[in-house]
Amino acid sequence: MATVLEGVGQRTLSELDYVGSLNIQLWATLRAMLKSLPFIGNRHRWQAAVRQMMEIGVEALPMVSLMAICSGFILAMQGASELRRFGALHYVIELVAVGFTRELGPLLTAIAVSGRSGSAFAAEIGTMKVTEELDSLRVMALEPVEFILAPKYLAALVSVPCLSIASNVCGIFAGGLFMFFSTHLAPSLYIRSVLTSIELRDVITGLIKSVAFATIIAHVGCLEGFRVRGGPDSVGRSTTSAVVKSTFLVIVADAVFTAIFYFTVKS
Amino acid sequence: MAIISVRDLVVEYDGRRVLDGLNLEIQQGETMVLLGGSGSGKSTLLRQIIGLERPKSGSVHVKGIDITRCSRAELKTIHNSIGVSFQSAALFNSLSVEDNVALTLREHTQLAPSIIELMVWMKLALVGLADFGKLRPQELSGGMKKRAAVARALALSPEILVLDEPSAGLDPIVAAELDELILLLKEAFQMTVVVVTHEMPSAFRIADRIAMLYKGAFRCIGTKEEIRASKDVHVRHFLDRIPENLTEAPATTAYFEKYLQSPEAN
Repeated sequence: MATVLEGVGQRTLSELDYVGSLNIQLWATLRAMLKSLPFIGNRHRWQAAVRQMMEIGVEALPMVSLMAICSGFILAMQGASELRRFGALHYVIELVAVGFTRELGPLLTAIAVSGRSGSAFAAEIGTMKVTEELDSLRVMALEPVEFILAPKYLAALVSVPCLSIASNVCGIFAGGLFMFFSTHLAPSLYIRSVLTSIELRDVITGLIKSVAFATIIAHVGCLEGFRVRGGPDSVGRSTTSAVVKSTFLVIVADAVFTAIFYFTVKS
Repeated sequence: MAIISVRDLVVEYDGRRVLDGLNLEIQQGETMVLLGGSGSGKSTLLRQIIGLERPKSGSVHVKGIDITRCSRAELKTIHNSIGVSFQSAALFNSLSVEDNVALTLREHTQLAPSIIELMVWMKLALVGLADFGKLRPQELSGGMKKRAAVARALALSPEILVLDEPSAGLDPIVAAELDELILLLKEAFQMTVVVVTHEMPSAFRIADRIAMLYKGAFRCIGTKEEIRASKDVHVRHFLDRIPENLTEAPATTAYFEKYLQSPEAN
């Protein structure tokens, strides 16, 4: 019994330590991020942030779009098969539009970015740690948080919401295609229905979520990289851990945000 | 006054003592070689000297500042006057060789890009890599990587040059070339050089003084001649290449004899 309690206690302490490290890293990055901003910051950091935006955002666009189109189709088809029985097929438009804007767009994007970029952050920083590149930065009087993490975080903060918007558009477009082929609904009418069903609030809540998801993905990925100990095998472990932890935390954060918006913002 | 002063330095990892009350003074313009076998604590001492780790107790003064207790800003100033070449070279693989060398110049100076370009070329030429600036580190051989790391360490013309195992893993000719480079740099720039190595020919070629580490403590600190004349048993073992774990041979023999007599072996 004592061993079980000891195990639970140790695990709890270890998780608290992880959350504490994430918080410390977040505040350190926010302080360092001023130097990554254009015009007022360091030119080299801003250039690094733009390169990261290309990697996190532009290069992920085809994959995120394709995932959103497939999910849009799935949502529309699953919704239609049930709603048709009640003669409420037109509600598919609202289901797809609101579902994507509030929920699926940001969530799908976060899962794609977590798998692509979260793992890449962990692998890159982990390898730098193993090969003494992080130590090398420190002795060159360059802070790894400012030099590596801040541009990545800034890039994620810009790219993930942009990708979420793209994902929303693609998902809603897929819903439109389904409606066109299944009910011959005119595209103009579909667009008008979509615009009627979405409110500004839906867009804002989706964007707030995607900013939170970007924070989780960037920080979990980088922290896993910084926590690498030992040789190259630990880089592989940290990469897996980055994807698993960030996906888990994204879903937990999604549930928390959805609950907050559900209970605080009444329609 | 010593440019680097280590006083009563104690370092522990998870309760295991790695450095045990070290004292060392390194004078300005001196080449100090930290010699010792694997696991003797020389790289740990080096990490303390360059301020990458904090000790359990004791102090490390660099240019009069205790880097174990100083502020972040003071440590930054100290780091700007130390050039470090790591054992693995630690070049940034995402940057070309010349960008690796230019990094600190771009970050810490307001020099015009053309001046930085010229300075980078000069540093690379100094280590014989002037024609290899456009290459990525992964395209270089082991010896070239080490020389590129030295060029990067020299970028800000530091007062102190720290080299961790510069000749490890290199063939004797390339290792000898690196030794000559270190001597040349010292002569040209009057730098204080701290070198960690376990390669004795290299140590005796470049050192003004040698500090011999054994199990986290100094066994002997002195000039090359003093080290050669040392009567300390561990220093003698190291210099004469006598394997120390031979002392464990009787215990191993006893173990095997016991095993062979056991029913399990029969």
